[in-house]
Amino acid sequence: MPKTIAEINERIRKGQAVVVTAEEVIDIAEKEGVEKAAQEIDVVTTGTFGPMCSSGAFLNLGHSKPRIKLGGGSVYLNDVPVYTGFAAADICIGATALPNNDPRNRIYPGEFNYGGGHVIEELVAGKDIRLIATAYGTDCYPRKKIETLINLKDINEAVLFNPRNAYQNYNVAANLSDRPIYTYMGVLKPNLGSANYCSAGQLSPLLNDPYYKTIGIGTRIFLGGGVGYVAWQGTQHNPGVLRGDNEVPRRPAGTLAVIGDLKQMKLEWLRGMSFLGYGCTIAVGIGVPIPILSEEILAYCSVRDADIFAPVVDYSEAYPQREPDILGEVSYAELKIGRIMVRGREVPTASLSSYPKAVEIAKTLKEWIKRGDFLLTEPVAPLPGAESGVTFKSLEERLI
Amino acid sequence: MAISKRVVLHFPRHLVGQTITYRLVKDFDLEFNILKASVTPKEEGLLVLELSGEQEDYEKGVRYLAEVGVRVQPLSQNVIRDEVRCTHCGACITICPTGAFEVEPSTRWVNFLHAKCIACGLCIKACPPRAMEVRF
Ligand code: SF4
Ligand code: SF4
Repeated sequence: MPKTIAEINERIRKGQAVVVTAEEVIDIAEKEGVEKAAQEIDVVTTGTFGPMCSSGAFLNLGHSKPRIKLGGGSVYLNDVPVYTGFAAADICIGATALPNNDPRNRIYPGEFNYGGGHVIEELVAGKDIRLIATAYGTDCYPRKKIETLINLKDINEAVLFNPRNAYQNYNVAANLSDRPIYTYMGVLKPNLGSANYCSAGQLSPLLNDPYYKTIGIGTRIFLGGGVGYVAWQGTQHNPGVLRGDNEVPRRPAGTLAVIGDLKQMKLEWLRGMSFLGYGCTIAVGIGVPIPILSEEILAYCSVRDADIFAPVVDYSEAYPQREPDILGEVSYAELKIGRIMVRGREVPTASLSSYPKAVEIAKTLKEWIKRGDFLLTEPVAPLPGAESGVTFKSLEERLI
Repeated sequence: MAISKRVVLHFPRHLVGQTITYRLVKDFDLEFNILKASVTPKEEGLLVLELSGEQEDYEKGVRYLAEVGVRVQPLSQNVIRDEVRCTHCGACITICPTGAFEVEPSTRWVNFLHAKCIACGLCIKACPPRAMEVRF
Protein backbone atom coordinates (compact mmCIF):
# COMPACT_ATOMS: atom_id res chain seq x y z
CA MET A 1 0.00 0.00 0.00
CA PRO A 2 -0.37 2.37 -1.81
CA LYS A 3 -0.65 0.47 -5.10
CA THR A 4 -0.48 1.73 -8.66
CA ILE A 5 -2.72 0.89 -11.60
CA ALA A 6 0.30 -0.60 -13.40
CA GLU A 7 0.87 -2.98 -10.47
CA ILE A 8 -2.79 -3.97 -10.42
CA ASN A 9 -2.73 -4.59 -14.18
CA GLU A 10 0.31 -6.80 -13.73
CA ARG A 11 -1.67 -8.89 -11.22
CA ILE A 12 -4.65 -9.00 -13.60
CA ARG A 13 -2.41 -10.26 -16.41
CA LYS A 14 -1.07 -13.01 -14.17
CA GLY A 15 -4.58 -13.94 -13.09
CA GLN A 16 -3.76 -13.02 -9.49
CA ALA A 17 -5.89 -9.93 -9.01
CA VAL A 18 -8.40 -9.94 -6.17
CA VAL A 19 -11.61 -8.47 -7.52
CA VAL A 20 -14.85 -8.02 -5.59
CA THR A 21 -18.08 -6.16 -6.29
CA ALA A 22 -19.10 -2.97 -4.50
CA GLU A 23 -21.69 -5.07 -2.66
CA GLU A 24 -19.23 -7.75 -1.55
CA VAL A 25 -16.64 -5.23 -0.35
CA ILE A 26 -19.01 -3.91 2.31
CA ASP A 27 -18.91 -7.11 4.39
CA ILE A 28 -15.21 -7.67 3.78
CA ALA A 29 -14.34 -4.19 5.02
CA GLU A 30 -16.57 -4.67 8.04
CA LYS A 31 -15.09 -8.05 8.96
CA GLU A 32 -11.44 -7.41 8.23
CA GLY A 33 -11.17 -3.68 8.64
CA VAL A 34 -10.36 -1.13 5.97
CA GLU A 35 -6.59 -1.46 6.28
CA LYS A 36 -6.45 -5.20 5.71
CA ALA A 37 -9.15 -5.16 3.04
CA ALA A 38 -7.28 -2.45 1.12
CA GLN A 39 -4.16 -4.59 1.11
CA GLU A 40 -5.97 -7.68 -0.12
CA ILE A 41 -8.33 -6.23 -2.69
CA ASP A 42 -7.09 -4.88 -6.02
CA VAL A 43 -10.30 -3.86 -7.76
CA VAL A 44 -13.90 -3.16 -6.75
CA THR A 45 -16.49 -3.34 -9.54
CA THR A 46 -19.61 -1.18 -9.61
CA GLY A 47 -22.70 -1.25 -11.79
CA THR A 48 -25.92 0.51 -12.64
CA PHE A 49 -28.78 -0.09 -15.06
CA GLY A 50 -31.38 2.61 -15.48
CA PRO A 51 -33.15 4.79 -18.01
CA MET A 52 -30.97 7.62 -19.37
CA CYS A 53 -32.60 9.90 -21.90
CA SER A 54 -29.29 11.55 -22.73
CA SER A 55 -28.28 8.70 -25.02
CA GLY A 56 -27.86 8.32 -28.73
CA ALA A 57 -26.10 6.34 -31.41
CA PHE A 58 -23.93 7.69 -34.19
CA LEU A 59 -24.11 5.55 -37.31
CA ASN A 60 -22.09 5.64 -40.51
CA LEU A 61 -24.26 3.91 -43.07
CA GLY A 62 -21.82 3.68 -45.96
CA HIS A 63 -22.52 5.08 -49.42
CA SER A 64 -25.35 4.00 -51.69
CA LYS A 65 -25.06 3.72 -55.48
CA PRO A 66 -25.62 6.36 -56.75
CA ARG A 67 -24.54 8.33 -53.70
CA ILE A 68 -26.92 10.36 -51.55
CA LYS A 69 -26.03 13.23 -49.21
CA LEU A 70 -27.91 12.43 -46.01
CA GLY A 71 -26.29 15.43 -44.29
CA GLY A 72 -28.84 18.22 -44.44
CA GLY A 73 -31.51 15.87 -45.74
CA SER A 74 -34.10 14.02 -43.74
CA VAL A 75 -33.79 10.46 -42.55
CA TYR A 76 -36.11 8.09 -40.75
CA LEU A 77 -35.26 4.77 -39.14
CA ASN A 78 -38.44 2.71 -38.65
CA ASP A 79 -40.29 6.04 -38.97
CA VAL A 80 -38.28 7.64 -36.16
CA PRO A 81 -36.59 10.86 -37.34
CA VAL A 82 -32.84 10.97 -36.87
CA TYR A 83 -30.41 13.89 -36.83
CA THR A 84 -28.67 14.54 -40.14
CA GLY A 85 -26.55 17.62 -39.55
CA PHE A 86 -23.30 15.79 -40.30
CA ALA A 87 -21.41 14.43 -43.32
CA ALA A 88 -23.12 12.57 -46.16
CA ALA A 89 -23.30 9.12 -44.58
CA ASP A 90 -23.33 9.92 -40.84
CA ILE A 91 -26.49 10.14 -38.79
CA CYS A 92 -27.34 10.24 -35.10
CA ILE A 93 -30.39 8.71 -33.50
CA GLY A 94 -31.46 10.00 -30.10
CA ALA A 95 -33.14 7.81 -27.50
CA THR A 96 -36.15 10.09 -27.05
CA ALA A 97 -36.94 10.72 -30.74
CA LEU A 98 -40.54 9.86 -31.71
CA PRO A 99 -42.19 9.08 -35.05
CA ASN A 100 -43.91 12.18 -36.45
CA ASN A 101 -47.28 10.45 -36.26
CA ASP A 102 -46.99 9.51 -32.58
CA PRO A 103 -49.93 11.19 -30.83
CA ARG A 104 -47.55 12.27 -28.06
CA ASN A 105 -49.52 13.67 -25.11
CA ARG A 106 -52.48 14.76 -27.24
CA ILE A 107 -54.02 11.54 -26.01
CA TYR A 108 -53.13 12.00 -22.38
CA PRO A 109 -51.27 10.22 -20.89
CA GLY A 110 -49.45 9.23 -24.08
CA GLU A 111 -48.07 5.71 -24.35
CA PHE A 112 -44.85 6.36 -26.32
CA ASN A 113 -44.54 2.73 -27.32
CA TYR A 114 -41.81 3.22 -29.91
CA GLY A 115 -39.00 5.71 -30.36
CA GLY A 116 -35.27 6.15 -30.78
CA GLY A 117 -34.41 3.97 -27.79
CA HIS A 118 -36.39 1.13 -29.31
CA VAL A 119 -34.64 1.54 -32.67
CA ILE A 120 -31.26 1.29 -30.92
CA GLU A 121 -32.47 -1.81 -29.06
CA GLU A 122 -33.60 -3.43 -32.33
CA LEU A 123 -30.31 -2.56 -34.03
CA VAL A 124 -28.46 -4.32 -31.21
CA ALA A 125 -30.86 -7.26 -31.51
CA GLY A 126 -29.64 -7.67 -35.09
CA LYS A 127 -33.00 -6.81 -36.65
CA ASP A 128 -33.30 -5.10 -40.03
CA ILE A 129 -34.27 -1.45 -39.72
CA ARG A 130 -36.19 0.47 -42.41
CA LEU A 131 -34.29 3.52 -43.68
CA ILE A 132 -36.19 6.16 -45.61
CA ALA A 133 -34.27 9.26 -46.63
CA THR A 134 -34.66 12.26 -48.85
CA ALA A 135 -31.95 14.73 -49.87
CA TYR A 136 -31.56 17.75 -52.11
CA GLY A 137 -29.09 16.26 -54.60
CA THR A 138 -25.65 17.62 -55.53
CA ASP A 139 -23.18 17.03 -58.36
CA CYS A 140 -21.26 14.56 -56.21
CA TYR A 141 -24.31 13.10 -54.42
CA PRO A 142 -27.01 13.11 -57.09
CA ARG A 143 -29.57 10.83 -55.48
CA LYS A 144 -32.64 12.38 -53.88
CA LYS A 145 -34.42 9.47 -52.27
CA ILE A 146 -33.62 6.07 -50.86
CA GLU A 147 -35.68 3.39 -49.14
CA THR A 148 -33.82 0.34 -47.90
CA LEU A 149 -33.19 -1.95 -44.97
CA ILE A 150 -30.08 -1.54 -42.84
CA ASN A 151 -28.56 -3.92 -40.35
CA LEU A 152 -26.01 -3.28 -37.63
CA LYS A 153 -23.61 -5.86 -39.04
CA ASP A 154 -23.52 -4.18 -42.46
CA ILE A 155 -23.01 -0.54 -41.53
CA ASN A 156 -19.55 0.91 -40.93
CA GLU A 157 -19.46 2.39 -37.45
CA ALA A 158 -22.12 2.35 -34.78
CA VAL A 159 -21.18 4.17 -31.62
CA LEU A 160 -23.29 4.61 -28.52
CA PHE A 161 -22.68 7.98 -26.93
CA ASN A 162 -24.27 9.14 -23.70
CA PRO A 163 -23.53 12.79 -23.02
CA ARG A 164 -24.85 12.09 -19.53
CA ASN A 165 -25.09 8.86 -17.62
CA ALA A 166 -24.37 7.20 -14.25
CA TYR A 167 -25.80 10.08 -12.21
CA GLN A 168 -24.13 10.34 -8.82
CA ASN A 169 -27.26 10.15 -6.68
CA TYR A 170 -30.67 11.41 -7.75
CA ASN A 171 -34.00 12.76 -6.55
CA VAL A 172 -36.71 10.60 -5.06
CA ALA A 173 -39.89 11.71 -6.83
CA ALA A 174 -43.21 12.11 -5.01
CA ASN A 175 -46.53 13.76 -5.82
CA LEU A 176 -48.27 16.17 -3.45
CA SER A 177 -51.13 16.94 -5.83
CA ASP A 178 -54.50 15.21 -5.84
CA ARG A 179 -54.18 13.56 -9.27
CA PRO A 180 -51.78 10.95 -10.65
CA ILE A 181 -48.86 12.51 -12.48
CA TYR A 182 -46.81 11.02 -15.30
CA THR A 183 -43.14 11.91 -15.17
CA TYR A 184 -39.70 10.75 -16.25
CA MET A 185 -39.60 9.26 -12.77
CA GLY A 186 -42.59 7.06 -13.62
CA VAL A 187 -46.24 7.23 -12.61
CA LEU A 188 -46.64 8.90 -9.22
CA LYS A 189 -49.79 8.36 -7.22
CA PRO A 190 -51.59 11.41 -5.80
CA ASN A 191 -51.40 12.66 -2.22
CA LEU A 192 -47.98 11.17 -1.54
CA GLY A 193 -49.30 7.79 -2.64
CA SER A 194 -45.94 6.63 -3.97
CA ALA A 195 -42.31 7.66 -4.37
CA ASN A 196 -39.92 6.54 -7.10
CA TYR A 197 -36.14 6.52 -6.99
CA CYS A 198 -33.51 5.72 -9.59
CA SER A 199 -30.05 4.71 -8.42
CA ALA A 200 -28.29 1.48 -7.62
CA GLY A 201 -27.16 3.13 -4.36
CA GLN A 202 -24.24 1.22 -2.86
CA LEU A 203 -23.42 -0.36 -6.25
CA SER A 204 -23.55 2.83 -8.29
CA PRO A 205 -20.18 3.87 -9.81
CA LEU A 206 -19.88 7.49 -8.66
CA LEU A 207 -21.28 6.80 -5.19
CA ASN A 208 -18.25 4.54 -4.67
CA ASP A 209 -15.79 7.17 -5.86
CA PRO A 210 -17.41 10.30 -4.48
CA TYR A 211 -14.51 12.67 -5.26
CA TYR A 212 -13.63 11.13 -8.67
CA LYS A 213 -10.23 10.01 -7.42
CA THR A 214 -10.03 7.02 -9.75
CA ILE A 215 -12.72 7.55 -12.39
CA GLY A 216 -11.64 10.10 -14.97
CA ILE A 217 -11.48 10.85 -18.66
CA GLY A 218 -10.29 7.74 -20.47
CA THR A 219 -11.42 5.24 -17.81
CA ARG A 220 -12.28 1.94 -19.47
CA ILE A 221 -15.72 0.69 -18.48
CA PHE A 222 -18.45 -1.89 -19.14
CA LEU A 223 -20.97 -0.20 -21.43
CA GLY A 224 -24.10 -1.95 -22.65
CA GLY A 225 -22.41 -5.35 -22.48
CA GLY A 226 -19.32 -4.24 -24.40
CA VAL A 227 -16.24 -2.21 -23.57
CA GLY A 228 -16.58 1.55 -23.46
CA TYR A 229 -14.80 4.59 -22.10
CA VAL A 230 -15.50 7.66 -20.01
CA ALA A 231 -15.24 10.43 -22.59
CA TRP A 232 -15.71 13.51 -20.42
CA GLN A 233 -17.64 14.66 -17.40
CA GLY A 234 -21.30 14.22 -18.21
CA THR A 235 -23.61 17.14 -18.87
CA GLN A 236 -25.08 18.75 -15.74
CA HIS A 237 -22.00 17.56 -13.79
CA ASN A 238 -22.43 19.30 -10.46
CA PRO A 239 -19.68 18.25 -8.06
CA GLY A 240 -20.08 21.06 -5.51
CA VAL A 241 -23.35 19.90 -3.91
CA LEU A 242 -24.05 19.18 -0.26
CA ARG A 243 -22.21 16.06 0.90
CA GLY A 244 -22.41 13.84 3.97
CA ASP A 245 -19.61 13.12 6.47
CA ASN A 246 -18.67 10.20 4.21
CA GLU A 247 -18.19 12.70 1.31
CA VAL A 248 -21.09 11.12 -0.57
CA PRO A 249 -23.31 13.72 -2.31
CA ARG A 250 -26.78 14.11 -0.82
CA ARG A 251 -28.10 15.67 -4.04
CA PRO A 252 -27.79 14.84 -7.75
CA ALA A 253 -24.09 15.58 -8.41
CA GLY A 254 -21.49 14.22 -10.82
CA THR A 255 -22.27 12.55 -14.13
CA LEU A 256 -20.27 10.72 -16.82
CA ALA A 257 -20.25 11.09 -20.59
CA VAL A 258 -19.55 7.62 -21.96
CA ILE A 259 -18.86 6.17 -25.38
CA GLY A 260 -18.59 2.66 -26.79
CA ASP A 261 -18.97 0.40 -29.81
CA LEU A 262 -22.65 -0.46 -30.30
CA LYS A 263 -21.67 -3.54 -32.29
CA GLN A 264 -20.23 -5.13 -29.13
CA MET A 265 -23.30 -4.41 -27.05
CA LYS A 266 -25.97 -6.87 -25.97
CA LEU A 267 -29.71 -6.78 -25.67
CA GLU A 268 -29.68 -7.49 -21.94
CA TRP A 269 -27.91 -4.21 -21.29
CA LEU A 270 -29.72 -1.84 -23.66
CA ARG A 271 -33.45 -1.70 -23.45
CA GLY A 272 -35.92 0.69 -25.10
CA MET A 273 -38.26 2.14 -22.48
CA SER A 274 -41.64 3.87 -22.53
CA PHE A 275 -42.67 6.28 -19.81
CA LEU A 276 -46.42 6.75 -19.71
CA GLY A 277 -47.33 10.39 -20.29
CA TYR A 278 -43.68 11.39 -20.60
CA GLY A 279 -41.90 9.84 -23.57
CA CYS A 280 -39.61 7.08 -24.59
CA THR A 281 -35.99 6.50 -23.73
CA ILE A 282 -33.42 3.77 -23.26
CA ALA A 283 -31.98 2.01 -20.23
CA VAL A 284 -28.23 1.47 -20.42
CA GLY A 285 -26.04 -0.76 -18.29
CA ILE A 286 -22.76 0.71 -17.06
CA GLY A 287 -20.07 -0.83 -14.91
CA VAL A 288 -16.96 0.94 -13.70
CA PRO A 289 -13.94 -0.70 -12.05
CA ILE A 290 -12.36 1.10 -9.14
CA PRO A 291 -8.68 0.32 -8.53
CA ILE A 292 -7.95 0.10 -4.82
CA LEU A 293 -4.95 2.41 -4.74
CA SER A 294 -5.23 3.34 -1.07
CA GLU A 295 -7.16 2.72 2.14
CA GLU A 296 -9.11 5.89 1.52
CA ILE A 297 -10.39 4.55 -1.81
CA LEU A 298 -11.39 1.26 -0.24
CA ALA A 299 -13.23 3.13 2.51
CA TYR A 300 -15.21 5.01 -0.16
CA CYS A 301 -16.06 1.72 -1.90
CA SER A 302 -17.41 0.18 1.27
CA VAL A 303 -20.20 2.74 1.50
CA ARG A 304 -23.58 1.10 2.15
CA ASP A 305 -27.18 2.01 1.33
CA ALA A 306 -27.86 3.11 4.91
CA ASP A 307 -25.21 5.85 4.55
CA ILE A 308 -26.35 7.27 1.20
CA PHE A 309 -29.10 9.89 1.37
CA ALA A 310 -31.29 11.27 -1.38
CA PRO A 311 -33.68 14.24 -1.40
CA VAL A 312 -37.43 13.68 -1.78
CA VAL A 313 -38.82 16.15 -4.31
CA ASP A 314 -42.43 16.99 -5.18
CA TYR A 315 -42.86 16.51 -8.92
CA SER A 316 -46.32 18.06 -9.06
CA GLU A 317 -45.20 21.58 -8.19
CA ALA A 318 -41.66 22.11 -6.85
CA TYR A 319 -39.86 20.27 -9.65
CA PRO A 320 -41.77 21.66 -12.65
CA GLN A 321 -41.64 25.18 -11.20
CA ARG A 322 -37.92 24.79 -10.44
CA GLU A 323 -38.40 25.51 -6.75
CA PRO A 324 -35.47 24.29 -4.66
CA ASP A 325 -37.57 22.89 -1.77
CA ILE A 326 -37.26 19.30 -0.78
CA LEU A 327 -39.69 17.28 1.31
CA GLY A 328 -36.94 15.60 3.28
CA GLU A 329 -34.07 13.17 2.93
CA VAL A 330 -34.15 9.40 3.00
CA SER A 331 -31.51 6.70 2.81
CA TYR A 332 -31.31 4.07 0.10
CA ALA A 333 -31.70 1.43 2.81
CA GLU A 334 -35.15 2.89 3.60
CA LEU A 335 -36.00 3.24 -0.09
CA LYS A 336 -35.15 -0.40 -0.68
CA ILE A 337 -37.25 -1.65 2.22
CA GLY A 338 -40.15 -0.22 0.24
CA ARG A 339 -41.49 2.49 2.55
CA ILE A 340 -40.22 5.94 3.47
CA MET A 341 -41.59 8.53 5.86
CA VAL A 342 -42.47 11.84 4.22
CA ARG A 343 -44.24 14.56 6.16
CA GLY A 344 -45.19 12.03 8.81
CA ARG A 345 -46.74 9.69 6.27
CA GLU A 346 -45.61 6.28 5.21
CA VAL A 347 -45.06 6.32 1.44
CA PRO A 348 -44.49 3.12 -0.62
CA THR A 349 -41.43 3.27 -2.88
CA ALA A 350 -40.57 1.81 -6.26
CA SER A 351 -37.38 1.82 -8.25
CA LEU A 352 -36.75 2.67 -11.89
CA SER A 353 -33.20 1.45 -12.02
CA SER A 354 -32.73 -2.30 -11.74
CA TYR A 355 -30.67 -3.46 -8.80
CA PRO A 356 -30.50 -7.11 -9.98
CA LYS A 357 -29.11 -5.90 -13.31
CA ALA A 358 -26.59 -3.65 -11.51
CA VAL A 359 -25.44 -6.70 -9.52
CA GLU A 360 -25.08 -8.72 -12.71
CA ILE A 361 -23.05 -5.95 -14.36
CA ALA A 362 -20.68 -5.65 -11.39
CA LYS A 363 -20.27 -9.45 -11.40
CA THR A 364 -19.69 -9.60 -15.16
CA LEU A 365 -17.03 -6.90 -14.98
CA LYS A 366 -15.44 -8.76 -12.08
CA GLU A 367 -15.29 -11.92 -14.21
CA TRP A 368 -13.77 -10.05 -17.16
CA ILE A 369 -11.03 -8.65 -14.93
CA LYS A 370 -10.37 -11.95 -13.17
CA ARG A 371 -10.06 -13.71 -16.52
CA GLY A 372 -7.52 -11.12 -17.63
CA ASP A 373 -9.76 -9.83 -20.43
CA PHE A 374 -10.15 -6.33 -19.07
CA LEU A 375 -7.25 -4.18 -17.92
CA LEU A 376 -7.63 -0.96 -15.97
CA THR A 377 -6.71 2.41 -17.40
CA GLU A 378 -5.05 5.43 -15.87
CA PRO A 379 -7.32 8.45 -16.39
CA VAL A 380 -5.97 10.84 -19.01
CA ALA A 381 -7.37 13.77 -17.07
CA PRO A 382 -9.50 14.02 -13.93
CA LEU A 383 -13.18 14.93 -13.85
CA PRO A 384 -13.83 18.38 -12.39
CA GLY A 385 -14.02 17.95 -8.62
CA ALA A 386 -15.80 19.83 -5.87
CA GLU A 387 -13.13 22.54 -5.92
CA SER A 388 -13.38 23.15 -9.68
CA GLY A 389 -16.17 25.67 -9.54
CA VAL A 390 -18.07 23.67 -12.18
CA THR A 391 -21.77 23.90 -11.32
CA PHE A 392 -25.14 23.11 -12.76
CA LYS A 393 -26.67 26.28 -14.17
CA SER A 394 -30.31 26.94 -14.99
CA LEU A 395 -31.61 28.64 -18.10
CA GLU A 396 -32.43 32.22 -17.20
CA GLU A 397 -34.63 33.92 -19.76
CA ARG A 398 -33.51 37.19 -21.30
CA LEU A 399 -35.36 39.62 -23.53
CA ILE A 400 -34.55 39.17 -27.21
CA MET B 1 -67.70 -26.29 -0.69
CA ALA B 2 -67.79 -22.58 -1.44
CA ILE B 3 -65.28 -21.37 -3.99
CA SER B 4 -64.32 -18.12 -5.67
CA LYS B 5 -62.69 -18.02 -9.09
CA ARG B 6 -61.75 -15.33 -11.52
CA VAL B 7 -62.71 -16.03 -15.09
CA VAL B 8 -62.68 -14.29 -18.44
CA LEU B 9 -65.85 -14.66 -20.50
CA HIS B 10 -65.72 -14.15 -24.24
CA PHE B 11 -69.15 -13.48 -25.72
CA PRO B 12 -69.55 -14.09 -29.44
CA ARG B 13 -71.27 -11.25 -31.26
CA HIS B 14 -74.75 -12.85 -31.34
CA LEU B 15 -74.83 -13.27 -27.55
CA VAL B 16 -73.79 -9.77 -26.58
CA GLY B 17 -77.38 -8.58 -26.19
CA GLN B 18 -78.56 -11.45 -23.98
CA THR B 19 -78.91 -11.58 -20.21
CA ILE B 20 -76.47 -14.37 -19.57
CA THR B 21 -74.64 -13.17 -16.49
CA TYR B 22 -77.95 -12.55 -14.76
CA ARG B 23 -78.84 -16.22 -15.12
CA LEU B 24 -75.68 -17.16 -13.28
CA VAL B 25 -77.22 -15.49 -10.25
CA LYS B 26 -80.80 -16.55 -10.75
CA ASP B 27 -80.38 -20.17 -11.86
CA PHE B 28 -77.08 -21.15 -10.32
CA ASP B 29 -76.97 -19.03 -7.19
CA LEU B 30 -73.55 -17.59 -8.03
CA GLU B 31 -72.33 -14.20 -6.91
CA PHE B 32 -70.30 -12.15 -9.31
CA ASN B 33 -68.07 -9.17 -9.12
CA ILE B 34 -67.18 -7.48 -12.40
CA LEU B 35 -63.48 -6.73 -12.63
CA LYS B 36 -63.41 -5.59 -16.23
CA ALA B 37 -65.93 -5.32 -19.02
CA SER B 38 -65.66 -4.30 -22.61
CA VAL B 39 -68.73 -4.97 -24.69
CA THR B 40 -69.08 -3.24 -28.00
CA PRO B 41 -72.33 -3.92 -29.92
CA LYS B 42 -70.74 -5.11 -33.14
CA GLU B 43 -67.85 -7.05 -31.70
CA GLU B 44 -67.09 -9.80 -29.27
CA GLY B 45 -67.84 -8.92 -25.66
CA LEU B 46 -65.43 -9.52 -22.86
CA LEU B 47 -66.12 -9.76 -19.17
CA VAL B 48 -63.72 -10.46 -16.35
CA LEU B 49 -65.64 -11.79 -13.36
CA GLU B 50 -64.96 -13.04 -9.93
CA LEU B 51 -67.50 -15.85 -9.50
CA SER B 52 -68.29 -17.14 -6.02
CA GLY B 53 -70.61 -19.88 -4.88
CA GLU B 54 -70.81 -23.60 -4.17
CA GLN B 55 -68.41 -25.69 -6.23
CA GLU B 56 -71.29 -27.68 -7.70
CA ASP B 57 -73.18 -24.54 -8.72
CA TYR B 58 -70.04 -23.04 -10.16
CA GLU B 59 -69.49 -26.06 -12.35
CA LYS B 60 -73.11 -26.05 -13.51
CA GLY B 61 -72.89 -22.34 -14.26
CA VAL B 62 -69.73 -22.73 -16.29
CA ARG B 63 -71.28 -25.65 -18.17
CA TYR B 64 -74.29 -23.48 -18.96
CA LEU B 65 -72.02 -20.73 -20.27
CA ALA B 66 -70.23 -23.17 -22.55
CA GLU B 67 -73.54 -24.55 -23.82
CA VAL B 68 -74.84 -21.16 -24.87
CA GLY B 69 -71.55 -20.44 -26.62
CA VAL B 70 -69.59 -18.30 -24.17
CA ARG B 71 -65.90 -19.15 -24.07
CA VAL B 72 -64.67 -19.35 -20.48
CA GLN B 73 -61.01 -18.95 -19.55
CA PRO B 74 -59.41 -18.85 -16.13
CA LEU B 75 -58.07 -15.36 -15.56
CA SER B 76 -54.57 -16.16 -14.42
CA GLN B 77 -53.53 -17.14 -17.94
CA ASN B 78 -54.20 -13.71 -19.25
CA VAL B 79 -51.84 -11.32 -17.56
CA ILE B 80 -48.37 -12.49 -18.28
CA ARG B 81 -44.88 -11.18 -17.81
CA ASP B 82 -42.30 -11.40 -20.55
CA GLU B 83 -39.44 -12.65 -18.44
CA VAL B 84 -36.86 -11.56 -21.00
CA ARG B 85 -38.09 -7.96 -21.13
CA CYS B 86 -38.57 -7.56 -17.38
CA THR B 87 -35.57 -5.78 -15.90
CA HIS B 88 -36.71 -6.29 -12.29
CA CYS B 89 -36.70 -2.56 -11.75
CA GLY B 90 -39.76 -2.51 -9.54
CA ALA B 91 -41.66 0.37 -11.12
CA CYS B 92 -44.80 -1.80 -11.07
CA ILE B 93 -44.80 -2.35 -7.33
CA THR B 94 -46.60 0.79 -6.22
CA ILE B 95 -48.86 0.72 -9.30
CA CYS B 96 -50.53 -2.66 -8.70
CA PRO B 97 -53.63 -2.27 -6.53
CA THR B 98 -53.54 -5.86 -5.28
CA GLY B 99 -49.86 -6.23 -4.44
CA ALA B 100 -49.21 -8.76 -7.19
CA PHE B 101 -45.55 -7.73 -7.38
CA GLU B 102 -43.15 -8.43 -4.55
CA VAL B 103 -39.46 -7.77 -4.15
CA GLU B 104 -37.34 -10.61 -2.89
CA PRO B 105 -35.30 -8.83 -0.22
CA SER B 106 -31.99 -10.63 -0.74
CA THR B 107 -31.76 -10.60 -4.55
CA ARG B 108 -34.14 -7.69 -5.22
CA TRP B 109 -35.78 -9.73 -7.96
CA VAL B 110 -39.36 -8.66 -8.53
CA ASN B 111 -41.70 -11.64 -8.37
CA PHE B 112 -45.04 -11.56 -10.18
CA LEU B 113 -47.70 -13.35 -8.14
CA HIS B 114 -50.26 -14.48 -10.69
CA ALA B 115 -52.81 -15.46 -8.09
CA LYS B 116 -53.13 -11.91 -6.81
CA CYS B 117 -53.67 -10.34 -10.23
CA ILE B 118 -57.16 -9.06 -11.06
CA ALA B 119 -56.22 -8.05 -14.60
CA CYS B 120 -56.90 -4.38 -14.00
CA GLY B 121 -54.27 -3.59 -16.61
CA LEU B 122 -52.63 -0.73 -14.68
CA CYS B 123 -49.16 -2.23 -14.79
CA ILE B 124 -49.23 -2.75 -18.55
CA LYS B 125 -48.54 0.83 -19.52
CA ALA B 126 -46.66 1.74 -16.37
CA CYS B 127 -43.95 -0.89 -16.94
CA PRO B 128 -41.17 1.01 -18.77
CA PRO B 129 -39.88 -1.89 -20.89
CA ARG B 130 -43.47 -3.06 -21.48
CA ALA B 131 -42.83 -6.47 -20.00
CA MET B 132 -46.42 -6.95 -18.82
CA GLU B 133 -49.03 -8.08 -21.33
CA VAL B 134 -52.71 -8.88 -21.18
CA ARG B 135 -53.83 -11.58 -23.53
CA PHE B 136 -57.55 -12.02 -23.88
S1 SF4 C 1 -42.07 -2.52 -14.02
FE1 SF4 C 1 -41.93 -4.05 -15.64
S2 SF4 C 1 -39.73 -4.39 -15.86
FE2 SF4 C 1 -40.00 -3.37 -13.92
S3 SF4 C 1 -40.15 -5.09 -12.46
FE3 SF4 C 1 -42.22 -4.54 -13.05
S4 SF4 C 1 -42.69 -5.94 -14.72
FE4 SF4 C 1 -40.47 -5.96 -14.49
S1 SF4 D 1 -52.99 -6.22 -14.16
FE1 SF4 D 1 -53.48 -4.99 -12.34
S2 SF4 D 1 -53.71 -6.49 -10.71
FE2 SF4 D 1 -52.66 -7.56 -12.38
S3 SF4 D 1 -50.50 -7.32 -11.90
FE3 SF4 D 1 -51.05 -5.63 -13.26
S4 SF4 D 1 -51.56 -3.95 -11.88
FE4 SF4 D 1 -51.60 -5.82 -10.64
